Amino acid sequence: MSTANESSHDEHGGVGHVMPMKVLVGVFASLLVLTVVTVAVTYVDLGSLNLLVAMGVAAVKGTLVVLYFMHLRYDRPFNAVVFVSALLFLTLFITFTLLDTKQSLPDVYEGPAPALNDR
Amino acid sequence: MSETSPSGGHGDHGEHPPHLAHHFDTPEQQFASGKLGMWIFLATEILFFGGLFVAYSVYRSNHPEIFDYAHELLDKRLGGINTVVLIGSSFTMALAVRFAQLGQQKKLVWALVITLVAAGGFLGIKAIEYEHKWKHGLLWGEHYKSHGEGEHGEDAVHSEAETVSETGTETGTEIETEIESETEISSIDLSAPGPSGLAKPDAHDAHTDTHDEPDNVHIFFGIYFSMTGLHGLHVIIGMGLILWLIIRARRGDFGRGYFTPVDLVGLYWHLVDLIWIFLFPLLYLIK
Repeated sequence: MSTANESSHDEHGGVGHVMPMKVLVGVFASLLVLTVVTVAVTYVDLGSLNLLVAMGVAAVKGTLVVLYFMHLRYDRPFNAVVFVSALLFLTLFITFTLLDTKQSLPDVYEGPAPALNDR
Repeated sequence: MSETSPSGGHGDHGEHPPHLAHHFDTPEQQFASGKLGMWIFLATEILFFGGLFVAYSVYRSNHPEIFDYAHELLDKRLGGINTVVLIGSSFTMALAVRFAQLGQQKKLVWALVITLVAAGGFLGIKAIEYEHKWKHGLLWGEHYKSHGEGEHGEDAVHSEAETVSETGTETGTEIETEIESETEISSIDLSAPGPSGLAKPDAHDAHTDTHDEPDNVHIFFGIYFSMTGLHGLHVIIGMGLILWLIIRARRGDFGRGYFTPVDLVGLYWHLVDLIWIFLFPLLYLIK
């Protein structure tokens, strides 16, 4: 979806970047299609792939929203740095917490958790 | 397009565009600063929700059976409709920003009104879902009512998800396992290994069948209500902001030279959509 039309060249002269209608409609349509896909996939049992597909589709949808609805692709690069660093720290947060909880997994009950009130 | 009155920009003291604050040199600089501020705010929002995503990941990785069981109790159809509604509102919000930039007053107001209506629709559907869960005791902590017990539970399983209805009908056997597991747990040797002195109870082997109700399903609903609740709060705040934009747009505040509030509320609204894009598969879909 390259958008080299008349509105992008004066990006630096004017205030902000105007999204062409075509791109907005295209992104909207792709988001709808991807939503249908992600729901449809749940009716097929792919084992652990289901998780991967669902998260992959969500990531693609999120990227479309950020790049085009939020104009990040045409925005000042520093805004992208801010946004991506937030994602990076979120990833660190999740990864290290998971590593940590996995570390102590041998001490955690195997299988389902015991009932809370029966302690 | 968007020739933002170059006269007011550099150096010319005395006259400047009406919306340009004195501590900015140019409208572009003012706009860029506003946007940077908004993006930093959005970054903190991501980290704010991040804590809940971490909670989700940890509980899910330690006790997948809870999530496996409980996600079937959510209404995939309503969740899907809500996703479409929210994506639609995100689209009309993006349109609103475009109309504001092009100075198309009427279209701007309409796009904002449609966005607001869609946001209301999202909350309405959410309310229907919450009400169902409330009625059937699909709640957090001690408010959660197990489906193995009583007619109430069976009812809930039937209406909430057809997929688990096969097990829901076998209420008798469910109760049996329930009682069995309870007695087993109370007879656990507390000196057994493990951090709290509890060994893995044998009775739980019965629960590894996918559709038997595992213990502690309330954890899923605690996470579900925290995540969708915080998200819902953001939707409510967003609706207030969009209403404010509608009032200002009708007054004719926005045009080619000045549309920062529309743009920034737009960014906020897209983030709300973005978070839902991840919440929907995580809570409703994933096995």
